Amino acid sequence: MANVPENLHYSKDHEWVRVEGDTAVIGITDHAQDQLGDVVYVELPKSGEEFAAHESFGSVESVKAVSEIFTPVSGNVSEVNGSLNDEPEKVNKDPYGEGWMIKIKMSNSGEVDSLLTPAEYEDFTKAESE
Amino acid sequence: MTAPALELKKTSLNEAHRKLGGRMVEFGGWDMPVQYPAGTMTEHLRTRTNAGLFDVSHMGEIEVRGPDSIPFVNRLVSNDAAKLIDGQAQYSALTTPEGTVIDDLLVYRFAEDHLLLVVNAGTTEKDWDWIISHHGDENVELRNASADYCQIAVQGPDAISILQKLTAVPLSEIKYYHFREGSVDGVPAIVSRTGYTGEDGFEVYAAADKAEQLWNKILDAGDFGNDDGVLPCGLAARNTLRLEAGMCLYGHEIDETTTLLEANLGWICKLNKGAFIGRELLQRQKDDGIKRKLVGFDVTDRGIARDGQDVLIGGAPVGHVTSGSPAPFLKQNIGMAYVPVEFANAGQAIEIDVRGRLVAAQIVPLPFYKRAKQ
Repeated sequence: MANVPENLHYSKDHEWVRVEGDTAVIGITDHAQDQLGDVVYVELPKSGEEFAAHESFGSVESVKAVSEIFTPVSGNVSEVNGSLNDEPEKVNKDPYGEGWMIKIKMSNSGEVDSLLTPAEYEDFTKAESE
Repeated sequence: MTAPALELKKTSLNEAHRKLGGRMVEFGGWDMPVQYPAGTMTEHLRTRTNAGLFDVSHMGEIEVRGPDSIPFVNRLVSNDAAKLIDGQAQYSALTTPEGTVIDDLLVYRFAEDHLLLVVNAGTTEKDWDWIISHHGDENVELRNASADYCQIAVQGPDAISILQKLTAVPLSEIKYYHFREGSVDGVPAIVSRTGYTGEDGFEVYAAADKAEQLWNKILDAGDFGNDDGVLPCGLAARNTLRLEAGMCLYGHEIDETTTLLEANLGWICKLNKGAFIGRELLQRQKDDGIKRKLVGFDVTDRGIARDGQDVLIGGAPVGHVTSGSPAPFLKQNIGMAYVPVEFANAGQAIEIDVRGRLVAAQIVPLPFYKRAKQ
């Protein structure tokens, strides 16, 4: 079973959000990395770029497939995880830790409330795989 | 007959794949494992260093029997089936009158009056219809025997020692692109020294209901579960292995819009063997010269080229990527593409349009990977 930590918010596109003050740390879920397989390439935006909620901010690629990654919240990119350039496998090994992707300074922190709770996300992935 | 769109065909190993945790996907109308829990990267590398096991039972088998077997087949294919001896296999292609490709295939010769054509899964019905529609007055009997056979490939440097544990057939005596009939774990089988990975290895054909027995015995004989043991491999690893080896995949490098000469398959066009479908066009194209050519490329920027993306030179689109992927063993992002012949030289700089971003690449010689000869 995929790991779904309690302290995070989730999107239906399989991203997670950890709120740190007015900043959202964003990555893809354990379920998403498992579905993708070995991650070999991660394409991320630059600091300072602006994104609206549900907009694509990059892509993650396995040997076989490309998946777009969507930001669940609106705002300005304050930091990107540049270490994924050389070590994309961190997304598989530690999707909620060292595999984080970007930090966004949220322009509307209320958007977090519309995201899925851990229990809702688990139900969602179960329903999706049936 | 075509199966209903949603009802996928299953090989006899479907249950075995699920038990092993295979992730099943649709491929050419078949429900097949794209990878197992070890993952594509590990499956690929293990095949290069030790051994990989592949279910290729979805491929089609067409039996040709009768005194005119060789002349009949030779009229439909580009390579020269008359050159085969008993126990030999040959890479060949079914061609259209335009010299393009209906399918690529292996022709096995059991006897002068008995051949077996092994064709791609997704094209089996099309090939069968094409073949029977071209049956004239030759004295041959044709049978689509695809459902009768399972086909299991064991590939990699350890393939020979693993398979030898299960058979008295002296495997080291079978030359590349040759085969023997014999028994594997007591099961009557065809043991063929062929494959689609760039490694030494064997493809074993047997009755479909013996598939699970052979599959499990080969896993056991190959110490599946050990770090240097055989690994079951899915379609994704099969694809990256053949791409590193520079081999064509039907529907990607070759199809009914590409000629054999454009795809570097002139070596299977025996234009002097006598008449065959497409010969005139291929002869004319050979005389006039081809306009475009299949090449290999390394991506030199960061980025991964994927199937179908545009190839540009000097900002202008000149062709498209037929297969693009990370190459797990070479640790390089590679691909194959059609480009105009004037640009088809090693060292030529090209760009690939990767979802709107232009990524630099360079044409390199094929194959990308060639195993060291013992």
